[in-house]
Amino acid sequence: MSDLAEPKTRLEQEVVAFRVADQDFCFDIMSVREIRGWTATTVLPHAQSYVKGVINLRGSVVPVVDLSARLGLGVTDPGPRHVIIITVVQSQTIGILAEVVSDIITVQEDDIQPVPDIVADTVKSFISGVVIVNGEMIRKLDLSRVLPAASVEF
Amino acid sequence: MKGGGADDFRDSFFEECEELLEAMHDGFDQIANETHDSETIHAVFRAVHSIKGGAGAFGLDGLVGFAHHFETALEKVRSGEIEADYEVLELFKHCGDHLSDLVAAARDDEEVAQETAAALGEKLNEVIGFDPSEAEELPDFEPTTLDFGMLDLSAPPLPAGYVIAFTAHPELFGSGNEPLLLFRSLEKLGTLDVTCDSSEVPPLEELDPATCLLSWTLRIETEVDEVTLEEVFEFVEDCCEITITALEPAEGAEPYSLPDLGAEESVPFPEPPAETPDIAEDGDAPAGASEDSGDLGANHGEASADAAPPPAKAPAKQVKDTKEPKEKQEKQRGGGATIRVDLERVDKLINLVGELVIKEAMLSQSIAVLDLPSENDVSTGLESLKQLAGEIQEGVMAIRAQPVKPMFQRMARIVREAASATGKRVHFVTRGEYTEVDKTVIERLVDPLTHMIRNAVDHGLEDTETRIANGKNPEGTVILSAAHRSGRVVIDVSDDGGGINRPRVLEIARDKGLVAEDAELQPSEIDNLLFMPGFSSKAEVSELSGRGVGLDVARSEIQALGGRVAITSTAGEGTTFAISLPLTLAVMEGMVIDVAGQTMVVPITAIQETLQPRTVAIHRIGAQGRVLKNRDSLVPIVDLGASFQFRDEPEDLGDQVLLLIETENDRRCALIVDNIQDQRQVVIKSLETNYRRIDGIAAATILGDGRIALIIDPDSIVRDVSIPSDPTMQLMR
Repeated sequence: MSDLAEPKTRLEQEVVAFRVADQDFCFDIMSVREIRGWTATTVLPHAQSYVKGVINLRGSVVPVVDLSARLGLGVTDPGPRHVIIITVVQSQTIGILAEVVSDIITVQEDDIQPVPDIVADTVKSFISGVVIVNGEMIRKLDLSRVLPAASVEF
Repeated sequence: MKGGGADDFRDSFFEECEELLEAMHDGFDQIANETHDSETIHAVFRAVHSIKGGAGAFGLDGLVGFAHHFETALEKVRSGEIEADYEVLELFKHCGDHLSDLVAAARDDEEVAQETAAALGEKLNEVIGFDPSEAEELPDFEPTTLDFGMLDLSAPPLPAGYVIAFTAHPELFGSGNEPLLLFRSLEKLGTLDVTCDSSEVPPLEELDPATCLLSWTLRIETEVDEVTLEEVFEFVEDCCEITITALEPAEGAEPYSLPDLGAEESVPFPEPPAETPDIAEDGDAPAGASEDSGDLGANHGEASADAAPPPAKAPAKQVKDTKEPKEKQEKQRGGGATIRVDLERVDKLINLVGELVIKEAMLSQSIAVLDLPSENDVSTGLESLKQLAGEIQEGVMAIRAQPVKPMFQRMARIVREAASATGKRVHFVTRGEYTEVDKTVIERLVDPLTHMIRNAVDHGLEDTETRIANGKNPEGTVILSAAHRSGRVVIDVSDDGGGINRPRVLEIARDKGLVAEDAELQPSEIDNLLFMPGFSSKAEVSELSGRGVGLDVARSEIQALGGRVAITSTAGEGTTFAISLPLTLAVMEGMVIDVAGQTMVVPITAIQETLQPRTVAIHRIGAQGRVLKNRDSLVPIVDLGASFQFRDEPEDLGDQVLLLIETENDRRCALIVDNIQDQRQVVIKSLETNYRRIDGIAAATILGDGRIALIIDPDSIVRDVSIPSDPTMQLMR
């Protein structure tokens, strides 16, 4: 009985792993639409410091979030080697600025561990869990927390 | 096919109603303008009749009742018994309005006040000289119905039955038809004997269950006529071959027995409702019964309005009857068949084409950099690509465009209502009703235009006595016209009334403190006072247009569409409101500017003029405020870069440019910008889809280099400017 139920509970998930401010992060590949090289953004007035501006994605206006600044890890000075990960979160299209996309990894849901308590609360609120892959710790992002619109009160 | 498709049928019925109502109003207009011919009244009659027929099929009793009454009155005019004079026509127009209301109510499942119908019904009775107590009147409108029973009496004896050869096309099942159901309907009409020919059916392994390869021979012994049989096959006639052959009449067969009942059972639609009480009461029993059968016919839309044709030709006639007015409409519109397309698809196409144009511009830039010799293949190829892209863009934009005609027809109704509320006689003229404007623009124009039309009838036109006293035609004229002019749509509302009473307007404005007591105003400035919030010029607040919200609301609605309103008025001759609108909301004419290293766009409609700071007098008020003197008024100066927090406000305005912008309520403001790049059409993109609203920004656009530029919102910028208190500022507010 338990053997039969096993495959159903052991859900696999593919995640995109990337690097921001020398730390590894990842999120569900299903949220990713495409990965682009850095293009200059159009600055938005009255925007939070972590909103880099907007870019043209085939006719749509897409805001770009500097994830490093969003997590309080310092403002990124983007160059041609940086990438923008285009994600769809809660039907909004958002670009996430990252240093480099490292890999696409298959993780078991069971392997995702809760965030240790030592992590400061601000960062903890953006991370839904951690995974250890090949001895490296990858932080799983809660994308909905990263949205600029949802964070007006911050 | 009744079950799942019922809603579709319903939808298309209401869509057809819209067209029919349009045709009806057209007809009335033609009669009113005396541009009608003998066909016009027939077209009106057919429109009302078809609405009644369709409504009956959907069990919309109220609609059927009123339409029937209306139709009866129309018949009197059609037969020449009564003259369609002014009063009759006005009544008919009101009836048409009520019919539109009933259709709309039926569509939205809403209730309609019965009083209107009753009142109009009484008036209709008066007009047609019909006394409900005199039942003999009833047969007079009998020609509107097609009574099979009556016809059959004079026809040769009916055959005892028919042989129907029914060969289905292979795609019969694909259209959702089921022969079994047809046979069951036939069975109700008489004794049915079915023989199936399955010789075309291949061996099982080759059989495609979705194709129909069967044919049937149906032998039916019945008393109904051929037409009734054909009706059973009405919905499949496009996907099968049907031959109906009459059998020799059997000896002693009864030629006629209750054909009504047979016909009733063959109706593929739900049973029609009983006649509405007010009409049923009018007739005695036999007349009522024959009317019923007529109405059954009407449910199929075939009870021909003309003299009853021979039964066998009825279906052909029916097709002709329903198609004729449609063809006519299409001819008038200058177009062929139309399709319904989801707006989202069109918008997606517009986005893609916008992207194509941008890509093409980017390509041009890259090729220009290559420094190719002139007259090379790449450049010429690109040139024709550019032309094609432009044409596609225009074509796609045109999909969203619609003629203003339906909106104008709604305005005709507003005029009628306003006229009867004020007791004025108004001749309403529309021009350029086939002018095409973006659908959204039309929708959002209805409210402000309604207001202006009411205003023209209520305030613009004098009352009849005054008009006669001034030697004018007692009937006032309101003209609503639309035209394309230099890439914009201009809609004029003009009346031939007394013009704006300027001394009175000025007096009211002074009383209400809208203007300084000693201010000297130009006539045009006085006219524009009408647009000031809280201004209502009529001494007594009328129920019609004096609702406290004045023309200022209408104007801000038009401005929200990127439009402008201007008034011209001549004492004793009338007033014209000219509304100028962009053709579409998807593109906009903008001035491309630089502010603190960012490229931005200012809507051209807002810009009054551009100024060199060196050439104008700039005054400081307090530590921060700067104003500039322009045409005897002081205009606050705003640095765009500073207000968007891109930079600190520059101390010296040496190299900058000042854009003088005007917004709602005549508020003005001068924007400091670094440089003016260009003036061009820009495609409007929403920022809110993926981000949120930003103060001072209306939307975004994509420039030729593929980068996004923000379009500023002059209204919100001006609103945020606190105006220093200065006596002369009072005037401009």
